[in-house]
Amino acid sequence: MAYILQGDTGDWEVVIGLEVHAQVISNAKLFSGAATAFGAEPNSQVSFVDAGFPGMLPVINRICVEQAVRTGLGLKARINLTSVFARKNYFYADLPQGYQISQYELPIVGEGTLTIDLPDGSTKAIGIERLHLEQDAGKSLHDQHPTKSFIDLNRSGVALMEIVSKPDLRSPEEAGLYVAKLRSILRYLGTCDGNMQEGSMRCDANVSVRPKGASELRTRCEIKNVNSIRFLQQAIEYEARRHIEVYEAGGSINQETRLFDSAKGETRSMRSKEHAHDYRYFPDPDLLPLVLDPKMVETIKAGLPELPDEKKERFMGEYGLNATDAGVLVADQASAAFFESVAKGRDPKLAANWVMGDFFGALNATGRTIDDPPVTAAHLGELVDLIKDGTLSGRLAKEVFALMVETGKGPAALVEEKGLKQVTDTGAIETAIEAVMAANPDKVAEIRAGKDKLIGWFVGQVMKATQGKANPGMLNELLAKKLKG
Amino acid sequence: MTNLTHLTITEARRRLAKGEITAVELTRAHTEAMAAKRGLNAFITETPDLALEQAALSDARRAKGEAGSLEGIPLGIKDLFCTEGVRTTAASRILDGFTPPYESTVTANLKRAGAVSLGKLNLDEFAMGSANITSHFGPVENPWKSKSDPAKKLVPGGSSGGSAAAVAARIAMGATGTDTGGSIRQPASFCGIVGIKPTYGRCSRWGIVAFASSLDQAGPMARTVEDCALLLGAMAGHDPLDSTSAPLPVPDFAAALTGDIRGLKVGIPKEYRPDGLSDEVARIWDLGIEWLKDAGATPVEISLPYTKYALPTYYIVAPAECSSNLARYDGVRYGLRVEGKTLDEMYKKTRAAGFGAEVRRRILIGTYVLSAGYYDAYYAKAQKVRRLIADDFNNAFKSVDVILTPTAPSAAFGIGDNTDDPVTMWLNDVFTIPTSLAGLPGLSLPAGLSADGLPLGLQLIGRPFDEETVFRVAGVMEKAAAFTAAPACVAPTQARRESAGEAGEGV
Amino acid sequence: MSLDKATVRSIAELARIEVPEEALDHLAGELSNILTFVEQLAAVDTEGVQPMTSVTAMTLPLRADDVTAGGHADKVLANAPEAMEGFFTVPKVVE
Ligand SMILES: [Mg+2]
Ligand SMILES: [Zn+2]
Repeated sequence: MAYILQGDTGDWEVVIGLEVHAQVISNAKLFSGAATAFGAEPNSQVSFVDAGFPGMLPVINRICVEQAVRTGLGLKARINLTSVFARKNYFYADLPQGYQISQYELPIVGEGTLTIDLPDGSTKAIGIERLHLEQDAGKSLHDQHPTKSFIDLNRSGVALMEIVSKPDLRSPEEAGLYVAKLRSILRYLGTCDGNMQEGSMRCDANVSVRPKGASELRTRCEIKNVNSIRFLQQAIEYEARRHIEVYEAGGSINQETRLFDSAKGETRSMRSKEHAHDYRYFPDPDLLPLVLDPKMVETIKAGLPELPDEKKERFMGEYGLNATDAGVLVADQASAAFFESVAKGRDPKLAANWVMGDFFGALNATGRTIDDPPVTAAHLGELVDLIKDGTLSGRLAKEVFALMVETGKGPAALVEEKGLKQVTDTGAIETAIEAVMAANPDKVAEIRAGKDKLIGWFVGQVMKATQGKANPGMLNELLAKKLKG
Repeated sequence: MTNLTHLTITEARRRLAKGEITAVELTRAHTEAMAAKRGLNAFITETPDLALEQAALSDARRAKGEAGSLEGIPLGIKDLFCTEGVRTTAASRILDGFTPPYESTVTANLKRAGAVSLGKLNLDEFAMGSANITSHFGPVENPWKSKSDPAKKLVPGGSSGGSAAAVAARIAMGATGTDTGGSIRQPASFCGIVGIKPTYGRCSRWGIVAFASSLDQAGPMARTVEDCALLLGAMAGHDPLDSTSAPLPVPDFAAALTGDIRGLKVGIPKEYRPDGLSDEVARIWDLGIEWLKDAGATPVEISLPYTKYALPTYYIVAPAECSSNLARYDGVRYGLRVEGKTLDEMYKKTRAAGFGAEVRRRILIGTYVLSAGYYDAYYAKAQKVRRLIADDFNNAFKSVDVILTPTAPSAAFGIGDNTDDPVTMWLNDVFTIPTSLAGLPGLSLPAGLSADGLPLGLQLIGRPFDEETVFRVAGVMEKAAAFTAAPACVAPTQARRESAGEAGEGV
Repeated sequence: MSLDKATVRSIAELARIEVPEEALDHLAGELSNILTFVEQLAAVDTEGVQPMTSVTAMTLPLRADDVTAGGHADKVLANAPEAMEGFFTVPKVVE
């Protein structure tokens, strides 16, 4: 469904390109030997290089380069065997060198593709323009003192991958799906932890609008540093509506950098970025061209994990899952692995339902993670077995699952302990039916007179009498036979 | 007793090794000279106590048999090298109060070799200048005096003017310099000493305050070719902290001084003899060519056609890099801060007060040539011409082994001369800048005195990482030049004898 | 190229160097002279010439991903003109 915003003059469409800054997983910074861990004491993870001291020089971290290549390969992008680091010059309190070392004309990764999975099960390919390596700035704290800003350089120099999409996104929803998918891929690759709260993944959105059906691109505004998918979507929607209002009132949009105020749900012009930027990019003379050994690229390629798209394909083929279910299961590598160990040698559809249903529910309810699950894959597999061999009805299985979450015990032990085994003995069920019929001759008569609705009532009574353990299939069959007389 | 400050490093090493003198004695002679010649303003920071402490430790090491290659040799350090615990200024007000918590690789290498540091030498602010008159700490005076006007204060050249003056005045046995467009070679020429800018990448730039990163290179300055060879051997070496440092072993440069240059082809570039080149400089160049012929080498006329574009190329590339390198001086983490109501106001006031006029000018030019819309016309263009200039040398070195040129177009001039127009001042580096742009080794050695009694230098340019050939040829020329003249202030009797015609007269 | 006052003002703004209004004219003259001097390069035919960023024939060396620095906030802050509670401080920035 196309996302259309209705204005007074007609329908508008929104054009979105995203720039995601993803912090590279590495021990040390991009150009210095200081640590990268989150949450350290201020300025305790700062080398003299990161603080821009006189005479300090950058030396690049091999792992950061490999991580960028790995990510590029994961995005099916072109790896540039020669790339160049450039200086982006601007003054800011948390930018110690007075420039950011980034890549400009020749990034390490060129064009690629990211496929987003739409809710209706279809997919859409979003172009990746480039991925480049750059260093992060420090952090300014503006609310610690009435007249001062505080500067912490712990982040200064941490390696970032800036991943730039083409302006292929057409709705806040698509933008959200893009970020979620990118995060999923980065996590699969182990190149970024994707933690938006801690700032290890940050998103800038370039937003413009145009009348529906138009092909030109209008002036875009860049919304900086949105730190959750929900805020990103709100920011895009707000910004698109703002543009439409301005255009419809006969005004024009200035290309500018804007900030999203999540409390107010609005974007506003960034005063600190007011004067036009002229970054004066030029190749960093402290750094020589980065030339990659093709063998290194091949080795990384050979070591790539199965990525979400391929895994989804396989889940659909191998397990017969539909696109939506497969998409849900592969979004997270650990969930996909969990599902696979539950499904191995079992009914995959049943396994998928249990993983996505009760199991994901239990994860939410207990606040635990897939790496420390409330129910192990082995136990959940056993439960599926007990359902399949008729030991447990669906209802009983839910009861057993709840006990598994509560106690951490396996399903077999719990069934034994609590006597929850399903009654499949015809005689026992017949006896129970007969007892209920004997006690309610009037209702038997009504049914026999054609009031079929009462059958449900009888099922309930028999279930109650058997403490829910009667095999529902057998119960229905026997009841029908008995009531007919 | 001989004045210890007149020894060469080579001679001092021999006498220290024999136990005839101690490092403390040698150092004390130099700290005394430093105090006596404070009028030259060669030092920004004198550290005599530290020097004597280091000398005592040096004597102790020698007693234990652990002497390094420069054990006990007192040197001066250009104040562009960061020195742990010792104030470092780059001759700028903007580094006000800055004490580095680290030691530059080059000075750490010298320390490891046993050298003693006398203190931090004056220079042009951020090494930007050719006369050592842009220092926040005042100009340096050349110890040499002209015959025609002995009262006139002359410049020592720049930017390593403090280094050149201290070595010429026998305050330091040698000194570190840095050279971006001629800052070792031109002051060496003006002060009658030897200085070499090695190949770009030979010495680590780590811990040296950056001016123009693609050009900056450290090198030694001393009174003889052999002394420079010894110093460079200790300063050089691969440094993993500098991505542009060459992963090459350091040759024994002193061993290259075989005295034999027979069969060597020496390029004489015709473009270095422009109309209006002073007769004196032209004559001393011709004399140098004769010395080489006499020693069995063959002069070969060569052409370096893009030479005349070197200066404008340099004055785009160097300011561009400097405008970015000097952005870090913002009053936040170290150095001068002039308060302002806003962050931007603080930046602007700090940088206006902290940088001198020449540095401000170069930052502004550099900012302009990199700015949107002008990058291609200036910076990108200059980078292309730079390649053509480097290719000139590549082509020349297909047919010659080394190139001989004058070092500078004139002898030292007066403090205050040539200051009306920045471009006139820049012409001092016209013969040294092409080498810098090409990253090649260039050495200046004193070849004689001008009619006015001032030193004139000749420059030898080598292939990349072939400092050995440069040193070998320089050694032969040094012998032929027999330049034993010294400024009057260091050896009145000797200088009188020389002015009577023993050395270098009339060239 | 001759620079006007407005251009010099905007370059000085970009470079964060305060230039008093009365100094702009003189500075514009100096900078214009320099630009005129360097503009000789326009005469050089550089068709097809690759820009030369570095003179070295090497490529970028890569270092190991080891933590070898940091852990000394005191040294990092020791030269600061102003610091509080382990932070550098600057006049308050309003975003
Ligand atoms: Mg960006
Ligand atoms: Zn970025």
